[in-house]
Amino acid sequence: MSFVRPDPVVLALRDPAAMPGLSLPQWETLVRQARRTSLLPRVALTLDNLGLLQQVPPAPRIHLEAARTLAQAQAEAVRREVAFIDRALAATGVPVVLLKGAAYLVAGLSAARGRMFSDIDILVPQGALANVEATLLLHGWHTIKTTAYDQRYYRRWMHELPPLRHISRQTVLDVHHAILPITARLKPDSAKLLAASRPVAGEPRLRVLAPVDMVLHSATHLFCNEDVGNSLRDLADLDSLLREFASEESFWPRLTVRAGELDLTRPLYYALRYAVRLLDTPVPDRVLGAAEIGRPPTLVRGLMDALFLRTLQPNPASNGVASLARGSLYVRAHWLRMPPLLLAQHLAVKALRREEQKAG
Amino acid sequence: MIVADLSPQELLRRLGGAGLRLRTGPVLNRIQSRLPKIAHGVALHYADHAVEDSAGFADFHVRVAPPRSLRRWMNPQVHFQFDGARPFLPLPADQAFPILEWGLNWCVSSHCHQYLIVHAASVEKSGLALLLPGPPGSGKSTLCAGLVSRGWRLLSDELTLLDLGTGRVVPLPRPVSLKNASIDAIRRFSPGAVLSPPVHDTVKGSVAHMKPPTESVHRATETARPRWIVLPRYECGAAPRLAPLSRARAFMHLADHAFNYDVHGRRGFELLAQVVAGSDCFDFQYGALEDTIAVFDDAARRV
Repeated sequence: MSFVRPDPVVLALRDPAAMPGLSLPQWETLVRQARRTSLLPRVALTLDNLGLLQQVPPAPRIHLEAARTLAQAQAEAVRREVAFIDRALAATGVPVVLLKGAAYLVAGLSAARGRMFSDIDILVPQGALANVEATLLLHGWHTIKTTAYDQRYYRRWMHELPPLRHISRQTVLDVHHAILPITARLKPDSAKLLAASRPVAGEPRLRVLAPVDMVLHSATHLFCNEDVGNSLRDLADLDSLLREFASEESFWPRLTVRAGELDLTRPLYYALRYAVRLLDTPVPDRVLGAAEIGRPPTLVRGLMDALFLRTLQPNPASNGVASLARGSLYVRAHWLRMPPLLLAQHLAVKALRREEQKAG
Repeated sequence: MIVADLSPQELLRRLGGAGLRLRTGPVLNRIQSRLPKIAHGVALHYADHAVEDSAGFADFHVRVAPPRSLRRWMNPQVHFQFDGARPFLPLPADQAFPILEWGLNWCVSSHCHQYLIVHAASVEKSGLALLLPGPPGSGKSTLCAGLVSRGWRLLSDELTLLDLGTGRVVPLPRPVSLKNASIDAIRRFSPGAVLSPPVHDTVKGSVAHMKPPTESVHRATETARPRWIVLPRYECGAAPRLAPLSRARAFMHLADHAFNYDVHGRRGFELLAQVVAGSDCFDFQYGALEDTIAVFDDAARRV
């Protein structure tokens, strides 16, 4: 299969040490692509960590430093917000499992370094949802989605409550009871995820997913999500998690076994495939071999290669092919999340609403 | 080389091709557009601004273009594009130049965290800066346009950039945005001012831009120390009245009107504290520009 020539931001993720050698026009492209993919702070902090930031020419360095400032402020804000959530839910006695960015940050993982946040995600047992929601409402969170259709859509079919926003801090909180919609074809068992979750050092109540589950969730998010705009950022998360957990002895053998237990062998297959191809993530051959169990039929894989490798290109001159690829993945993500009839109904409601908005 | 050195054809060619690399203060913008309204607006308002060649690093790559849809034949619109993304909804095509200006402001306010950025106009005399923070409608742009028509140097109309190290204002002299009644007020007050024809029915009402004075553009690398913080309030028919304002209130006002105060945490707090400590702070009510400028000229003389 043909491989698209890697973009500067992809090269920067692969080989950060080569960045100081870039020309100014190359920096121009890199900064634009990194901004577009929300990866500029990560690039900045990686360079900083390697002690190379001062070797970057002043004009692009200003943007890297500004992005670093922004990322540090965001990390601090997320820590603060997590403390608020933790305090609000303490009385319920419900264990709060942080997901994605907030989990990486609180667990001190390098995937959090320079990561941008838009909201905070937590996972709670389904049986505790009502209690958790009521408690959060008491503490100032309120629901953003106010139409009856949205409320029903989330509560009946989704894996999370309608997003909550805090009334004074304006922060957004997603409360999940699963990592995929109830209606999705794959059915990872949330009870298994919760049971394997781990405490966070220095935090009596907060928990994060076990390393293998964290990777599998990240893979699921990347390959079943309709929001493909952040795909490269998500792939960089995966790359970072895999590199960090690789040093844990039981990590690799557990990963493929766990994918089977959670019904997530397909997302894991794709995750490893594209992380290796695009970011040179070091994955042992025996793990790649074991992950083959999730391999799709060759024709499907060819199509997915074409689609994913395109949407993972951050090319600012977005062209027709790329937008077709993004559109196809959007439909695919929905296809994976809902049975066909429900999907048709849901997309029809969304389309009608768009028309109404245009008319209004 | 400056924009005025380019022939209209050459300006159109650059804007329509690889882009015009236009320097505005510390920022190098690469602007692309095939729209004649953009070329006219740039030629008029940025005549004195430097044009750079393609060897340098452009901070922001922007484009103003019609959306690709059938609508362009019936009800033409324009999009502001940044790195290929579209941060705003499209606007009617006659708002092409205003959308470029708003877009360039957005580029700075949402990315340039090397500064503490306050939503304020600022002008300079004798190396000292007068900051005019205020929400839209407070009359800050009108006052700013009036002051720069009477010998004050324009630092910025919308975005006051405070250097985090020195606490000084870094100039960003770009067109002054005038709205509704202030367009005619400035025409009357300063017949020599270069104004674009007003664009009507924008979200802000009627909008016209005023070209920044040549000298302000030439001196764009000269920073200034904040010395006065003045909260303007336009009241039709009111006599100019300068009322002292506590430093604490001035501080809160600046923080409220900063775009990225939250990003800078403690550094931002300390910077604003330093700026406020070195400044005289006032509420300022005014109803007409004619008797207003003298109030500030007096203040500048007394320093």
